[in-house]
Amino acid sequence: MEKTAGKRTVHSSQRQGAAKFLALPLIIWLAVFVIVPLFLVCCYGFTAEGADGTLHFSFENFARFTEPIYVKIMVRSLKIALISTVICLVLGYPAAYIMSRSSSKIRTLIILLILMPMWMNFMLRIHAWLTLLENGGLINTLLAAMGLEKVEFLGSEGAVVLGMVYNFLPFMIMSIYMVLLKLDNSLLEAAYDLGATPVQRFIKIIIPFSVPGILSGISMVFVPSVTTFAISQYFSNGTVRLIGDTIEKQFGAANNWNFGAAISIVVMVIVMLSMFAINKVDDGDIGERKMII
Amino acid sequence: MTNTIKKTIAAILVLSTLLCVCACSASDDKTVRVYNWGDYIDDTVIAQFEDETGYKVIYEKFDTNETMYAKIANGNTNYDVLVPSDYMIQRLIAEDMLQKIDFANVPNFANVGDDYKGISYDPNDEYSVPYMWGTLGILYNKTMVDEEVDSWEMLWNEKYKERIFMLDSSRDSICAALSLLGYSINTTDEKELAEAKQKLIDQIPLVGGYLVDDIKDKMIGGEGALCIAWAGDAEYCMSQNKDLEYIIPKEGSNIFFDSMCIPKTAKNKAGAEAFINFMCKPEISAKNAEYIGYSTPIPAARELMGEKGQSKAAYPDVSKYELEIFSDAGDANRLYDQIWTEVLASIDN
Amino acid sequence: MKKTGFFSKLYIALMLIFMQMPIIVLMVYSFNDAASRANWGGFSLRWYEAMFRDATVMNSLWVTLACGILAAVLATVIGTLAAIGLNSMKKRAYSATIAVAYLPMLNAEIVTGVSLFMLYTKLNMQLGFVTLLISHITFCLPYVILSVMPKVRQFDYSKYEAAIDLGAKPSYAITRIMLPELAPGIISGFILSLTLSIDDFVISKFTTGNGVDNLSTLIYSAKGGFGGMPQKISALSTVIYVVVLTILIINYLRTRKSDRENLF
Repeated sequence: MEKTAGKRTVHSSQRQGAAKFLALPLIIWLAVFVIVPLFLVCCYGFTAEGADGTLHFSFENFARFTEPIYVKIMVRSLKIALISTVICLVLGYPAAYIMSRSSSKIRTLIILLILMPMWMNFMLRIHAWLTLLENGGLINTLLAAMGLEKVEFLGSEGAVVLGMVYNFLPFMIMSIYMVLLKLDNSLLEAAYDLGATPVQRFIKIIIPFSVPGILSGISMVFVPSVTTFAISQYFSNGTVRLIGDTIEKQFGAANNWNFGAAISIVVMVIVMLSMFAINKVDDGDIGERKMII
Repeated sequence: MTNTIKKTIAAILVLSTLLCVCACSASDDKTVRVYNWGDYIDDTVIAQFEDETGYKVIYEKFDTNETMYAKIANGNTNYDVLVPSDYMIQRLIAEDMLQKIDFANVPNFANVGDDYKGISYDPNDEYSVPYMWGTLGILYNKTMVDEEVDSWEMLWNEKYKERIFMLDSSRDSICAALSLLGYSINTTDEKELAEAKQKLIDQIPLVGGYLVDDIKDKMIGGEGALCIAWAGDAEYCMSQNKDLEYIIPKEGSNIFFDSMCIPKTAKNKAGAEAFINFMCKPEISAKNAEYIGYSTPIPAARELMGEKGQSKAAYPDVSKYELEIFSDAGDANRLYDQIWTEVLASIDN
Repeated sequence: MKKTGFFSKLYIALMLIFMQMPIIVLMVYSFNDAASRANWGGFSLRWYEAMFRDATVMNSLWVTLACGILAAVLATVIGTLAAIGLNSMKKRAYSATIAVAYLPMLNAEIVTGVSLFMLYTKLNMQLGFVTLLISHITFCLPYVILSVMPKVRQFDYSKYEAAIDLGAKPSYAITRIMLPELAPGIISGFILSLTLSIDDFVISKFTTGNGVDNLSTLIYSAKGGFGGMPQKISALSTVIYVVVLTILIINYLRTRKSDRENLF
């Protein structure tokens, strides 16, 4: 890194001239399709339609969002996302650890099989789960064939959590795995030689070493869980409304852009705050790990 | 090495330009874009239309009038044919979003029964041609509900906790509450609407799901005991599961007319009119109605349907019930939208 | 250290079953002759035939692939050029651009979708393939930059300078000397974009319309059971699964043994 930086100064005069302009298409693209849209969201969020149909600056939409029913939705979304994240961590950590310790041939296969559903399509994955869980789905058909009472799986918060865990667990596994892979065996061997028990080694060495992976895994599961809308609709028969569902309605049936934009701003702030908090602890690049999938 | 890279890049670029050309060339005046309700057409009818007229149909579905309205109102769509309900047509006309149909191109309009012409939402039959009609009522499973079902009250019956399904459609679900409370289903009175909202919030613990087209699966599969349903969906479900029965509640309910119309943003008016005309052919309307379960407004089509044209659910004696047509709520639209948003937001599992 | 115990194997096996089971069940059901999933009506390929005949399903598949490939190509081109350019920018301009470029990756998808939807509406753009494509490029860009950037940093510029000194044109020096060294990053950025685009639902939902559906939005709008749509979609999943699996296996076998370790 430092070497390149040094070189940069030496040759900068020759290279900078033309090369800089290569970033121009990107900068224009970002201006039009990232900055302007977000600016629009802010415009709508902070305005309200008056009785005469004109727009004026207002905090009305945010005030509406502080009404108990919306606060409850926000709390519910955060709660479900938190539960999903914890379950992903608990389920994913051992998997990532085992994978990082197994032989390279096997682990490539395991990764392929775990990531396989991710290479299909989000809606297909949901569709697949419904086939299993529906009242007339496989599990209930089997239960009925065995003469047992049918179980209603769909329609609860638990079902929504299941949907999120299935969809986001690979993010958690992969980001922890990528970090654990870099763990130097000699470190563990040294600890072993110094008389550390397996538990001690795990707590004192492995866990602290994997913190960056855990953190990025958390953010990669938490953010989409808080804001998704399709998973909650399908797995709850429309009875578990989350913040994402509420935003979606405002741009659809309820047709209230101002309110929808205001909620989007709140969501954006929450996302950025959690990113910021995680970045504070972890200096690694979250995106770098998100990429792997 | 660099040569292969170059070749690959070249191949990809050629491929992508090809893709782009193909993807963009889809729109010309031989295409008709139809925006209709989900599960509301027999696919073979579309194929038949394409074969007979040479038009290609691009078909998209919506789940409620309100979703459709939002899409049209935003302006970045160019559907040629829409099939909204009565009150929504009234709203679209009032907001100057529809264009007049040239009835010279729709001679089959003559097939439409007189009962379905000149209705309040389009009194002079200028903007719309009826597609299907029906009533709003209760569909229930006789093996799960042993008492008599004749009132909206049944949807608030604790005995069927979590086996009651409601439509995620603001006007329809609010209609049930208003009827039960004895108010007009077109009220714009804030107090009455607030009561209806409370009624719907009280109902939440009993409701197993707020859905639209998925409700049919739940009822056919025996998951739901009762649901609020459009007669056509009920008719379809009853044909799939003999335990189901449909009634119109005694407090009164809604009668609706879904009609085809052409938005101002349409790109192919001639194609739209050809499509509308085609759908008014008795044999086509009969085939369509038989498949989807809704009620045809074309008497000749009904005759072709034989026994199915006499179904009690799809063709009730409308004079026996207190049926009201929805009208556009005007300024109160926002109120309806807000009430429904808040009812859904209040769901607390 | 490399030994895996019985419980480890069991755990991984369970994990694999959890991930794969829904899709395998779906595939089995796609061969079910009955119209309902509640009973088994014997083995049949009729849903496959129905799927290939269904223009809406085939169209959505086409839209998904076309959008995926185009978005990946364009995002890769813009992103790669930008990565080279960004590397020679001043620190402050560099960080500012990167921060904005990463927004679509870090932000909630629904916010990206909604904001683009508002933009298209305000610009009076017809929702459809073009808006879908633009949106997909937008959320693919950060991933391309992320995978190309490290390669640009590693690139030894003295090689480039040497070529120029020897009289090569800059365009020649870039395509012949620089691009080959960036290739691994470019390729992984491309593949990443392609898979992200094919997988996406949330952003597509807000940015397409006028009858242009990709797979995700088609499944979303086909909620009712008319026309055997669920069965056709199951059949389609099987086809996609087999295709993806074949590609992965070929890729796995083609990779030289020694390289397999570095695959992930």
